[in-house]
Amino acid sequence: MQKITREQLLAKASELLSNGTVSCVLGWGLGEFDYDVTPTIFKSVEELENGFVFNDFCGANFSKYLVNKTAKLEGKILVFLKPCDTYSFNQLLTEHRFDREKVYAVGIPCEGMADIAKVKAISGDGIAAIGSNGDKLTVTTLYDDEAIVIDTNEVLAERCINCKSKKHVAYDELMGEEGDVTQSNRFDEVARLEAMTPDERFAFWQNELSRCIRCNACRDACPACTCEKCVFDNPSSGVENKSPANSFEEKLFHIIRAYHVAGRCTDCGECSRVCPQNIPLHLLNRKFIKDMNEFYGEYQAGAEVGSRAPLVSYTTEDLEPGEVFNRGENNA
Amino acid sequence: MQRVGVFVCWCGTNIAGTVDVVAVAEALKSEPGVVFSANYQYMCSQAGQDMIKEAIKEHKLTGIVVCSCSPRMHEATFRKTAAAAGLNPYMVEIANIREQCSWVHKDMLTGTEKAIILGKAAIAKVNLNAPLTPGESPVTKRALVIGGGIAGIQTALDIADAGFPVDIVEKKPTIGGKMAQLDKTFPTLDCAACILTPKMVDVAQHDKIRIFSYSEVTEVNGFVGNFDVTIKKNARYVKEDVCTGCGACVEKCPMKRIPNEFNLGMDNRPAIYIPFAQAVPKVATIDPNACNMLKNGKCGVCSKVCAAGAIDYTQKDEYINEKYGAIVVATGFNPISMDKFDEYAYNQSKDVITSLEFERLTNAAGPSAGKLLRPSDGKHPHTIVFVQCVGSRCESCAEKGKEYCSKICCMYTAKHAMLTRDKYPDTEVYVFYIDVRTPGKNFDEFYRRAVEEYGVKYVKGMVGKVVPEGDKLKVQASDLIANKQLHIDADLVVLAAAIEPDKSARPLATMLTASMDTNDFFTEAHPKLRPVESPTAGVFLSGACQGPKDIPETVSQAGAAASKVIGLLAKDKLTGNPCVANSNELMCNGCSSCANVCPYGAITYEDKEFRMPDRTTKVRRVAVVNPAVCQGCGACTVTCPSGAMDLKGFANLQIMAEVDAICK
Repeated sequence: MQKITREQLLAKASELLSNGTVSCVLGWGLGEFDYDVTPTIFKSVEELENGFVFNDFCGANFSKYLVNKTAKLEGKILVFLKPCDTYSFNQLLTEHRFDREKVYAVGIPCEGMADIAKVKAISGDGIAAIGSNGDKLTVTTLYDDEAIVIDTNEVLAERCINCKSKKHVAYDELMGEEGDVTQSNRFDEVARLEAMTPDERFAFWQNELSRCIRCNACRDACPACTCEKCVFDNPSSGVENKSPANSFEEKLFHIIRAYHVAGRCTDCGECSRVCPQNIPLHLLNRKFIKDMNEFYGEYQAGAEVGSRAPLVSYTTEDLEPGEVFNRGENNA
Repeated sequence: MQRVGVFVCWCGTNIAGTVDVVAVAEALKSEPGVVFSANYQYMCSQAGQDMIKEAIKEHKLTGIVVCSCSPRMHEATFRKTAAAAGLNPYMVEIANIREQCSWVHKDMLTGTEKAIILGKAAIAKVNLNAPLTPGESPVTKRALVIGGGIAGIQTALDIADAGFPVDIVEKKPTIGGKMAQLDKTFPTLDCAACILTPKMVDVAQHDKIRIFSYSEVTEVNGFVGNFDVTIKKNARYVKEDVCTGCGACVEKCPMKRIPNEFNLGMDNRPAIYIPFAQAVPKVATIDPNACNMLKNGKCGVCSKVCAAGAIDYTQKDEYINEKYGAIVVATGFNPISMDKFDEYAYNQSKDVITSLEFERLTNAAGPSAGKLLRPSDGKHPHTIVFVQCVGSRCESCAEKGKEYCSKICCMYTAKHAMLTRDKYPDTEVYVFYIDVRTPGKNFDEFYRRAVEEYGVKYVKGMVGKVVPEGDKLKVQASDLIANKQLHIDADLVVLAAAIEPDKSARPLATMLTASMDTNDFFTEAHPKLRPVESPTAGVFLSGACQGPKDIPETVSQAGAAASKVIGLLAKDKLTGNPCVANSNELMCNGCSSCANVCPYGAITYEDKEFRMPDRTTKVRRVAVVNPAVCQGCGACTVTCPSGAMDLKGFANLQIMAEVDAICK
C-alpha cells in the first residue's frame, strides 16, 4: 500500500499544468490490465483525470524517457520519481543525456511495488482486475467466484524487498518525507552465486538465460542503455545479427550488456522487472557493483551528478590488476 | 580489395631456428588479398629492404605485412621502406614472430603454427588499413630535471649549456644528493665535495637553470614536447630570496636535538637548519615537525636573530605550473633498510653501521670531524669487519633484500678498507665477500692495491652472525677457501647495504606513465640501443633511477640524457602520430566519458544540429577530438559506451578482424 494516493499526485500534476510550470506530465497511464501500467505523456488536466493511474504496479522508472521526451517536446515536463528512479535520473544527467532545465522533478515516496509474476503465482492466470485495500491486494480472476486477497508484502518485487534507498537524490519538489539510504541485503544472492563452482554457476546461468527470447525489453527499459545507436542494431558494428555458433552464444548478449552498463548501472532493477521470462538479469549487474565496491571502495552510480565512476577514474591506490586475477583464480 | 605483400624474416636463426619461415611464407600466400609472399635472412638489412621496395613496385602492393621482430624494434624501419617505395607508411603491419613466437617456443611445429596465425591476423588487419597522414605539434623549449643529485646536476648543466632553460626539482632542501654525503671517490680517491660543490655552484649561478629545492612534482599532464607539470614547493618558512645563509638562526635555535638526516642521524641538528656548509641554495629551512613556534606558537628566536628578516612562519606550500618539452628522471637511490637483517645486529649495536654511515664517519665535515671513532664510545676501532652483499644478490631472501647486484659496493668497500689501513695502520681490516667484482677502468688495480699494498684481509665467505658482547662485536663467519669457521672480536662492523631506487620513483613513474621493472628501477626504451630514454616519449633517464651505477657511469649517462633532450628541444615541431582517436558523431551520446578519461585533454564537446529521419532537426552534444593533442592511447575508445570513439590505425573493426583471424 502506497503512502501517497492517486488523488494527491493528480492534484499536484493538475496544479503544475494549470499554473504553467510544466507543459506536460510524464506519468503512469491506464494499460490493458490493472497491473499493466504504461508510461504516458499527459498534456491536459482532462487527459490526466481520464487516464492517470497510481497503484502498486507503477514500477516503471521514468528517467530514461526523459532523454527522448525532453528533446522532442516543447516546454517543461513534470516527472514523478520514486527514490530509486532518482539515481538513474542523476546518472543520465552525469552523462549529459538530457537538459535538466526542461524537467520538473517531483519526488514521491514509495513503499515498494508488487511483482505481477508473484501475484500470478498465487492467483493463477486470467486476472480480470486487481484492487487495493490497505495492505491487501484483491485479485479477481476469470476462474474464481470470489476475489483472492493477497498481502502486498508477500508479492513485493525482489528489488523492493532489497530496496537500496528510500532517499531521493534529485528533485525539484518532494511529496512526503525525506527518506534514508536503507541497509539492504541486495548482494546476498550474488554471494550465493560466487560460492558456486564455475560449473554450477555456468549451469545456473545457462538455465536462466535459456529462457531468453531476445525481445530486447531489458535493453529498451534500461536507463543506462541510451545509446544513439545500439551496437546490436548497428550493421557497421560487425556484431549485429551475428548468427550464433551454438544455442548459448546468443545469450552472451546479456553478459555484453552487463559489461556495457558496468559502473553506470544504478541497480534500479528495470531489466528484471520488464523481462517477460522472469530472468534475474539484475544479478549480472549487481555482481559488477559488488566487485567494484570491494575493489575500489563503495560507489553508488547516480548518488550525485558528475561523480567519477571507479572504472573510469584512476588513483594510485587502485588495486593492481593482478589482484583481480588472483581473486578469480581463487574463486575458480 | 588490398594487394598485400608478405615478407617473412629469418632474423638469422633467431626466428628461423624455431619457425619454418619457408612454410610460413607459403601458408600466408593464400590468405585474402595476398598477392606476393617471400622470405629472407635479414629483412631489416639493406638487401631485405630493397626486396620489399621492389615487390611494392612490381606487384603494385597496397599494403605489406612484415613477419619479423617486435614493432617496437623495426616498425619505423619498415614504414620508412614503404614510404621510399611510394606506399603510405601506415599501410605496413608487423607480425611479431620473434619476441612473441620464436623466442618463447622451443618446438618447430608449434612455433611455425603460431607464426602462421600471427601472420594471418596481421593480414586481416592490413586489409582494413587506410593511408594516414601525421600532423605536427610545437615543442616547449624548456626541460625539467627531477632530482638534484650528481645525475640531475650534470644533465641540467649540459642542457643549459646548450642554451635551453632547465628547472631542477629536488625534494631535499639542497641539491647534491648522495654524492654530497660521500668522503672520497674511487678509484682516484679525490674528495667528493671538491669535485661536486663547484658543479653545484655552477648550477646555482647558471642563468638558464632554476632550482626548486624542497619541492616535488605532483602532477604531470601532456605529452612529448608539451608536458604540463605541477610542482609543489613545500613551505620552508624562510623566504628563499631574502635569506643570506648566515646561519645565525641555526646557531640560536633552542631545539637542537633533532637527528641530522645529512649525517644519517649520527649527530643532531636544530629545528632550523642548513643541511651542510656548501648547500645550494644556501638557505635555512625550518623543520615543521620540530619547530616549537610552528607547533605551539612559542619561541620565535630565529625570527628575532635574523638580520635579513627572512623568517616567515605563515609561509604556505606553493604550487607552480610550468610547461616543459622534455622531462629527465634523476631520482637516484637509497641504501635499503637494515631492519630486517637481525643477524648483523644493526639495531642492537651502534657500532654496526652501513657503508654510507662509514662515509660520514670518515668525512672531515661529518659527526666526528673525519676521525674514525666508534659511534658508541668514541674510541678508535682496532678491528673492523666489512660485510659485502648485505641484501644484494640475495635470491633466497627476496622479502628483505634484493636479487640484483648493487654494483658499487665492491669498489667502495675496497676504498673504505684501503683508506682505513692508510690512515690507521694499526687497524686490522677484514672484508667478507661472495665475489669481488671490479670491472671498470683502473678498478681491479685499485682493489689489488688494497689487498697487496695495504694488507686488507679479504675473506671469501659470508658473515653468519654478529653478537654484541661487552664493548666487542663477536663476528662469526665462514672462510670458504680455508674451509673453516672464523670468530673475530671486532670493534666496528660495516655493512655494504644493497641500494634501491628512491621511494618517490614509483608514484612519479605513474604520473609520467613511464614503465618500471619489478625492482622499481625505470626501464629504458631499449637496454642497449636506447639506454637513456624511457619508453614514454619525451621522458629520459639519468643515473641510478635506471639501475645501480657509480659516479663515472652516472655522469656519462647524465650527459647522454642531456644530449637526447637537446636533440628534442632543438626541433621546432614534432611530427605527430596519425593514429589518433576520432568520434563518429552519428553514434556519439555526448556522455563525456571519453573526455573524463583522456589524459591529454584532447576531447571537447560541441552542440551540433542533426537532421532526423522525420525531417526534424535535433541538436545533440557530440565529442570532437583535437588530433594535434591526441596521442592515440586509446583510453577513450574502450571507455566510450556507444562505440562511437575509434582509433585510426587500431580501429575496433581491425582488432576484431585480427581476433577473428586468430580464432578461425
